[in-house]
Amino acid sequence: MKKTIPLVLIFVAGLLGIISFVIPHPAYQTYDEWIRNSFLRVLSAFAMVLALGSLLRVHFDKIRRRRKNWQYSWLLLIAFGASSIIGLFGGVAADGILPTAIGSFHFDIQVLYENIVIPLASSMFALLAFFMASAAYRAFRVRSTEATLLLTAAFIVMIGVLPLGHSISKHLPMFVQWILNVPNVAGQRGIVLGIALGVVATSLKIILGIERAWLGGGE
Amino acid sequence: MITILLLWITGIGPPANVRAHDVPSDGGGVVVIEWNLAPDDALLDGYEIHRSENGVDFVKVGFIGRGRRSFQDQTHDGTTYVYKVAAVSDTLRAFSLPSAEVTSHASWINVAKLNIYVAMIIFGGLILYFISCARRGKALFIRKIAGLQAIDDAVGRATEMGKPILYVLGLGYIEDIATIASLNILGEVAKKTAQYNTKLIVPNADPIVYTVAREIVKESYTNVGRPDAYDPESVFFLAREQMAYAAGVDGIMMREKPATNFLVGYFAAESLVLAETGAATGAIQIAGTDALSQLPFFVTACDYTLIGEELYAASAYISKRPLLLGAIKGEDYAKVIIAAALILASIIGLLSRFPILNLFQ
Repeated sequence: MKKTIPLVLIFVAGLLGIISFVIPHPAYQTYDEWIRNSFLRVLSAFAMVLALGSLLRVHFDKIRRRRKNWQYSWLLLIAFGASSIIGLFGGVAADGILPTAIGSFHFDIQVLYENIVIPLASSMFALLAFFMASAAYRAFRVRSTEATLLLTAAFIVMIGVLPLGHSISKHLPMFVQWILNVPNVAGQRGIVLGIALGVVATSLKIILGIERAWLGGGE
Repeated sequence: MITILLLWITGIGPPANVRAHDVPSDGGGVVVIEWNLAPDDALLDGYEIHRSENGVDFVKVGFIGRGRRSFQDQTHDGTTYVYKVAAVSDTLRAFSLPSAEVTSHASWINVAKLNIYVAMIIFGGLILYFISCARRGKALFIRKIAGLQAIDDAVGRATEMGKPILYVLGLGYIEDIATIASLNILGEVAKKTAQYNTKLIVPNADPIVYTVAREIVKESYTNVGRPDAYDPESVFFLAREQMAYAAGVDGIMMREKPATNFLVGYFAAESLVLAETGAATGAIQIAGTDALSQLPFFVTACDYTLIGEELYAASAYISKRPLLLGAIKGEDYAKVIIAAALILASIIGLLSRFPILNLFQ
């Protein structure tokens, strides 16, 4: 029973999903829209409560057991508490019951998001430049035929898209475009075909109850 | 100014042959109006579309620039309409003859996708056929996938080193097929970590994925007879924000120094941040994604990468269950059919005037 009910549910849900692809009639599409948006949103609201509970539990546990860098967990808990209070009672656009400004100093949730979360995310994003440099170094080390090909293609493409490429030869930018449009796209389309077939096969396996790893496996 | 004066003197011709028809195989509520361009099209401002329910009182429902030959009108299903199109230049209007009556309606079957249904039936049939072959006990050969063969070694290495295994599901939602494939692999990896008594860490970016992942890991531990070894804190929610999640996972990599990192699922720009940090810690890294733009980063920074379809085949490959292997075999034959169809279509397209591309649209 513990496995039969989820299998029946997934079969019905999968079947309904396929039917929505075939039937464009509003009588069905309205229902499909409800499942995809409203129902899923309610479900994710419940899941969010569980997820936040998990987050708090992990950090309380970290503090209690004095695990490595446990002090930072306090930072998370304080930030979590403060942003929750400001978000719940201060309103999204400072229109809640809690005052979110002292003089010209505003600290409503939108201000916090724009001035803390976005700059922090941007800083992390900026690290990509350094990671790309180290990854490129690793990729371009000539240690095999494939790596040599990669290095050669990358060198030609990099030179070809610069004005320098045109001054070396007027044919070089066209050759670079050919590399990007023909061998590159051909490889990508091969992968996309495989992905599409993999999606069909995985969906069928799950809908028909053949794939049960998501239930913890077993027959 | 001269143009307007000229048109005032000579008058403007209306568009001709106005046709209105319901859009086939749609959800209703749309009528397409088409016409032949007016003789003075180049001198016009554009075309006004007028609609009437009784054939007498026309109301303007839209305007479209010169050189355009069609317009989509939002309608009420079941109501009959007649359309006129007026060529417009400044204050001048030249109305066409009315179109024939038209009524929009919603379709129950989308016949425009007939080619997709045929493909679905063929591929679905192939997959089901090979599954039934496997069910009858026929041995199926599946090519080796290096990344998946390395999973056993990776888990064994972590056990020997006494270090944990980090399993990152990526940023995908539960409805993303890459996330579902990743959850399937997680189930198999969790069984192995349960058998070897290796610590498993699964940080999540999505609340629903977190709840599903937690249940999968728990069930996997139970299924191999090690429910006692399951640590409820091993699967946890980290952050929904992309870079916050990446920072959190990077922190885990640096603190816990896992022996093996699995980066399997849907990834975006954070893929390289995660993979490079993992490589810096010296962990064996097995990655898999169907995000094409992230594949080069994983190929560069990870030891093994599951490319595209290998991600979907992984669960079957690891579990070695014949029924699942049958599905992979079906996929392979479907690829052969697609390749043959592409070659055949290319030859027909090159050597004849047959509109072969229309079959694929």
